[in-house]
Amino acid sequence: MSLFNVFEISGTALTAQSVRLNTIASNLANAGVVGSSPDEVYRARYPVFSTALDAARADRGTAGVRVEEIVESTVEPRKEYVPGHPMADEEGYIYRASINSVEEMANMISASRSYQSSVEAMNTTKQLIMRTLSMGS
Amino acid sequence: MNMIDKAFGVAPQALVLRAQRFELISANIANADTPGYKARDIDFADALSRAREGAAPARVTHPAHIATSDLRQAVLYRTPAQATLDGNTVETEQEHAAFMDNAIRYQASLNFLNGRIKSILGALRGE
Repeated sequence: MSLFNVFEISGTALTAQSVRLNTIASNLANAGVVGSSPDEVYRARYPVFSTALDAARADRGTAGVRVEEIVESTVEPRKEYVPGHPMADEEGYIYRASINSVEEMANMISASRSYQSSVEAMNTTKQLIMRTLSMGS
Repeated sequence: MNMIDKAFGVAPQALVLRAQRFELISANIANADTPGYKARDIDFADALSRAREGAAPARVTHPAHIATSDLRQAVLYRTPAQATLDGNTVETEQEHAAFMDNAIRYQASLNFLNGRIKSILGALRGE
């Protein structure tokens, strides 16, 4: 019964969106982290989504989603002159992770909306399957 | 086709197609954030008339053959109202509307089938 495939497809979306929410949580948790060199400071992480093509489903023209990879932001950490800071280098500079909290929050809302959409699709499908099973009774 | 099959009419095929359309729309919703994904849907009337004619898919007799299913021929790409920079053509609101539309029509077909089953049972029992 192909209604069950909706669960599989929506399930891939839930996994992908929860990976996205995890990276956002990690980015927000590390906002304001300080280091002594630009290489050791935390950089924002973002998942890259791609269509999960599998032969059985491709024949019906449908496909789920998967996380292709998680990339690090190329934005350089902010360099600040704070000579008294314990993490400061010889020249008195510290490097602060450049994470835009507002951007991350907007990204989080988008991710949770997409998550909700898939949950709703699964709920509706579940109701329809239950009704189909009780057909003729 | 026996009498009972005739009594059900087109509803069983419609249910199967509706279920397949659910799969397509849920794939669109799942890929709402995938760069380059193109939203798909079926032309329902076309797909249903194909299913009713019972056009058999071409037989696959060689590994190099590409299987053709009825549904695959009816799958079309959506034209987006607003283009996005990442090439994704899913419009979530439209997909939600299509999903609900499909759900209601699925239930309509189910109700129709239920009614027919009750009539046939009534006739068999001689009530």
